[in-house]
Amino acid sequence: MSDAAYLNLSDLTLAYGKTIAVERLDLPIRKGELIALLGPSGCGKTTTMRAITGLLKPASGTITLDGKDITRLPANKREVGLVFQSYALFPHLSVFENVAFGLRLKKLPSAQIVKKVEDGLAMVGLGQFQSRKPAELSGGQQQRVALARSLVMQPKVLLLDEPLSNLDARLRLEMRTELQRVQRESGVTMVFVTHDQNEALALADRIVVMKDGRIEQLGTPEEVYNSPVSRFVADFVGFENIFPVKDGQLQTQNGPTELSIPLSAQTTGLAWRPSMVRLGEGRFEGEVLGVAFAGGTREYLLKTPLGPIKAEMDATAPAFAPGSRLAFDLPTERAAVLDRM
Amino acid sequence: MTSRLYSYLTLALVFLFLIGPFVIIVAAALSGGETLAFPPQGLSLKWIAKVFEVESFRESFALSMFLAIFGTLAALVLGVPVAYAASRYRLPFGETIRTIVSAPIIVPGIIVGLALLRYLVIPLDVSVGLALFIAHTALILPYAVRVVSASLDNLRSDIEEAAVLLGSSRVATFFRIVLPNIQSGILAAFILGFVTSFNQVPVSLFLSGPGVRTLPIDMIWYMEITYDPSVAALAALLAFLSISIVFLAERFLGFSRYV
Repeated sequence: MSDAAYLNLSDLTLAYGKTIAVERLDLPIRKGELIALLGPSGCGKTTTMRAITGLLKPASGTITLDGKDITRLPANKREVGLVFQSYALFPHLSVFENVAFGLRLKKLPSAQIVKKVEDGLAMVGLGQFQSRKPAELSGGQQQRVALARSLVMQPKVLLLDEPLSNLDARLRLEMRTELQRVQRESGVTMVFVTHDQNEALALADRIVVMKDGRIEQLGTPEEVYNSPVSRFVADFVGFENIFPVKDGQLQTQNGPTELSIPLSAQTTGLAWRPSMVRLGEGRFEGEVLGVAFAGGTREYLLKTPLGPIKAEMDATAPAFAPGSRLAFDLPTERAAVLDRM
Repeated sequence: MTSRLYSYLTLALVFLFLIGPFVIIVAAALSGGETLAFPPQGLSLKWIAKVFEVESFRESFALSMFLAIFGTLAALVLGVPVAYAASRYRLPFGETIRTIVSAPIIVPGIIVGLALLRYLVIPLDVSVGLALFIAHTALILPYAVRVVSASLDNLRSDIEEAAVLLGSSRVATFFRIVLPNIQSGILAAFILGFVTSFNQVPVSLFLSGPGVRTLPIDMIWYMEITYDPSVAALAALLAFLSISIVFLAERFLGFSRYV
């Protein structure tokens, strides 16, 4: 795996003073991939991103990019682009000069600079705004300028910090499509940081779920969404019914419950989405505590011998009234199998 | 109703004390008489004209201008890096440095003047001009640091990181990105420093020597010898100069945002 890695973080520990933010992280990223670093605030995703840019020096470990060790390379020599969450446009320069900034430092001939800036702005659909100042643009437009400013430098890796979080819902969809298109056209390796699982699922080729400075799970959106490996990831992607497993038995409030299928020895938990709970038939019985209509479905909260269970049923099926008792099942074959609780 | 009356009365008194002296000086400057007096005896511009004929006024004006301009520039050259370091880095002795830098605002000018005279001018035999230059630079430094700090705090530091990631060195980033965005703060600091230096009396009083006097000190000396209205005329001219500078600065820079 790490032979094929274009950008490789190896045994990376990052700290602010004495506070360790990221501990012994290994993360291989392939060329042309779109990777999401996903996790709640404080999980180390932004810190990891800053380490890739060189704005933060690692406490230990190495970073290699395109076959070269860049761990000690200063930030201005790394050929790594970053689109800031706040966009960080230069307020005193026009849109054109913002995008041209890095090219001018490279001392390119001015005809070439003009060509590249115009191509870059055209790529993000802002060709007509060249002479405006950043303050005269909307948030979405500012972000496109920031994107163009990074792209014209043809970075080896483009990092994006919460690229969609400052945009309204409509712009968000537009920008998401835009980012995918830009990535397809330029082939640049992209790493973006987000706390929004939907954003990560929709955009990324692979998702790195982080928690407390460590990787919880690394996988495709399908893997992370359908087969979370830990309690944290399961909870994060919407498996709301999570129970510990010990010696092949489900541990519940009323003691162990025998499971019908064999589980591997590492299995420490099982998790079900509300939609996976089968209502109306099955091994268990519970009482309806509450029911809420949610458009296409009805959401139930059940009081059961296993503990509280959240279930979801098609709204076209007849509703169970609060207080009524009903049979239900947790189909073991559909459950997510967790290694870590 | 009475409380309203009191507040108008208070307001009137405040204006009287603030603007009254200025009105009296201008009136005295336009006097046709031979001594400094109010109300003026007759009306004439002869004392205004006389100001430009007094040689010591010309020399001390040149010295004061020199100190105000170059003292302020020196304070900015020292103060901008201090302000930048204080706003961007967590310095080990940050608080101490800030206190030391603002000391000249808190310590009375008389004491600063006496200390500089006793421990700089006398033991080191520093020339009067150099001593004045050092003193004025030190006095302006806190204003320069404060005003420039205020505009640095309004400038997001991530634009500097953005510049670095586009290939710029830290030093080049300061000149290409930081400086253009704080230039109105620097200009505001310059004006404030200039006015502070130009109007400085207590420190200059201690350090002025024979033949080398700043304009305010020269005016005091002049008055002790010649009690004619030309001092009032000069004071009125200087007041108009200060007012015009501050008015233009407010008009074009929004000066009051920084001070």
